[in-house]
Amino acid sequence: MSGNSQPRKYKNSFLNWIEFRLPIISYLEREYGEYPMPKNCNYFWSFGALATITLVVMILSGIFLAMNYTPHTDMAFDSVERIMRDVNFGWLLRYIHSNGAAFFFIIVYIHILRGMYYGSYKYPRELNWILGVFIYLLMMATAFMGYVLPWGQMSYWGATVITNLFSAIPVIGEGLKTWLLGDYTVGNATLNRFFALHYVLPFVILGVVGLHVAAVHVHGSNNPAGINIKSKNDTVRFFPYMIMKDALATCVFGVIISAVIFFGPNLMAEVDNYIPADPLVTPAHIVPNWYLAPFYAILRAIPDKLGGVVLMFGSIAILFVLPWLDRSNVRSCNFRPIYKWFVMLFFVNFFILGYVGMLPAEGLYLLVARIGLVYYFGFFLIITPFVHLIETPKSLPMGISDVYSGAAEKRPILTSQKEII
Amino acid sequence: MANNPNTKRRDFLQLSTISIGAVGTAAFIWPFIKSMNPAEDTLALGTTEVDISEIEEGQSITVKWRGKPVFIRKRTKIEIEEAKAVNISDLKHPEQDVDRVKKEEWLVLIGVCTHLGCVPLGQKLTDTKGEYNGWYCPCHGSHYDTSGRIRKGPAPDNLPVPPYSFLNETTIKIG
Repeated sequence: MSGNSQPRKYKNSFLNWIEFRLPIISYLEREYGEYPMPKNCNYFWSFGALATITLVVMILSGIFLAMNYTPHTDMAFDSVERIMRDVNFGWLLRYIHSNGAAFFFIIVYIHILRGMYYGSYKYPRELNWILGVFIYLLMMATAFMGYVLPWGQMSYWGATVITNLFSAIPVIGEGLKTWLLGDYTVGNATLNRFFALHYVLPFVILGVVGLHVAAVHVHGSNNPAGINIKSKNDTVRFFPYMIMKDALATCVFGVIISAVIFFGPNLMAEVDNYIPADPLVTPAHIVPNWYLAPFYAILRAIPDKLGGVVLMFGSIAILFVLPWLDRSNVRSCNFRPIYKWFVMLFFVNFFILGYVGMLPAEGLYLLVARIGLVYYFGFFLIITPFVHLIETPKSLPMGISDVYSGAAEKRPILTSQKEII
Repeated sequence: MANNPNTKRRDFLQLSTISIGAVGTAAFIWPFIKSMNPAEDTLALGTTEVDISEIEEGQSITVKWRGKPVFIRKRTKIEIEEAKAVNISDLKHPEQDVDRVKKEEWLVLIGVCTHLGCVPLGQKLTDTKGEYNGWYCPCHGSHYDTSGRIRKGPAPDNLPVPPYSFLNETTIKIG
């Protein structure tokens, strides 16, 4: 309320008119103009902006695709082919959307890696991390349902396998599965509701992204040194410095995704999904999209239906508690000589899991999946909580400016997490 | 109640308001949840009549019943022997072969893997039939025997037997 009585701030009378009724102009100025960014942030800090831009592109291309798509089992496949052949620029819209989904996950995985390596999930940004995991969960659900819509063989059988996961739950499983499908098998009811949910969930994601950004702006962005902002000298204004940096990152990203959209649009697609869905013939290999494959590998690594499902959901759920599993009081892995390598190995392992998740579950691949599974959970349950007991962190710089002056070495090892503040 | 100074008429009003509100909300949500269950036309139990006179010994056919594939196999003598010879205490889901068939040469199964719903291979003569000579699910490697029982792999249960009856020597009614 007090803001209403302030004198006029802007030369432009229209801005003042808006600001007096809805102080959005000063909000934007504060959060996207003056907002202090740690001046040592590298390009990994551009991936949040890239993810937001990709989300907007996905929503836009999706809306235009929906104008030509028919969510009916008899017509869905043909309507997608019509988009590819007859609709003006339909092929471009669809390739933007399908490759955009893959790149959305690439960006988000890099964003998560950034958060894990530099300890961005630690105090006071735990809620921020939790909101991020929620976004990731919503993304997986949305991507899965979107993949069903073209109604090809992979769409149909992917949907069958994933919805059957719920039937592993004792007692209520079968009923829950039928309720989710609206039928005893994946059918028209399923396709219809998946389309409805695939349309609406991205807007939910957009809302959670709003909270995610608002939460990070409360305590400010983390930085590669993982230490707090001490003075104004540690920061630069968001505009123009960070905006320009993000703009360059966006241009580079645009070049890369365009190369794929125009020269290899089916690089990340499965050939079998260009065969119309057939409920009587299962493809020889059901292959999930690569970005969901690590979890599929975990599912298949366990020779027990319920056990596999529990571990698969557990592997996602465990992400939520990472801020409390990590007992070290140093944020950035730049100063954690042992944990650093475990984090990197975690990501290598994640992609190995994804790789074997796309191959048949037998022989060597199954063995690799099981080793990968052990490391995945070992990382969270053994390494992350206990590695600080044997690790001596490097001494942290006193302030962000010292990162550049080389005056880092004098600081004693911290004893409590609060000291980093 | 009136004598207890901690209990007030206002408490009763608050509790009853909250209770009525909760019941009302639940009653409002229920139709939405229920609408996602299979509709009446989906539920209407379909029956399928199948002519089995053309099936030779050792052959199988696949028919569609309630959207699912149903396997009908005319088993050979050897296959029947194999199915009967199994010690049922070795099975993950113990069932006698005689309890799974009406006539021992005819095996009728819902052809949906009990693991995650793929259609197992083994219907065509050229298909791989798995280590127990019945069916093999390529998705996650479940092996079924000549009675459709799970023998190896992640599937928890045997392939289910649908309700069916012999209308005459050459016709089966499923459902």
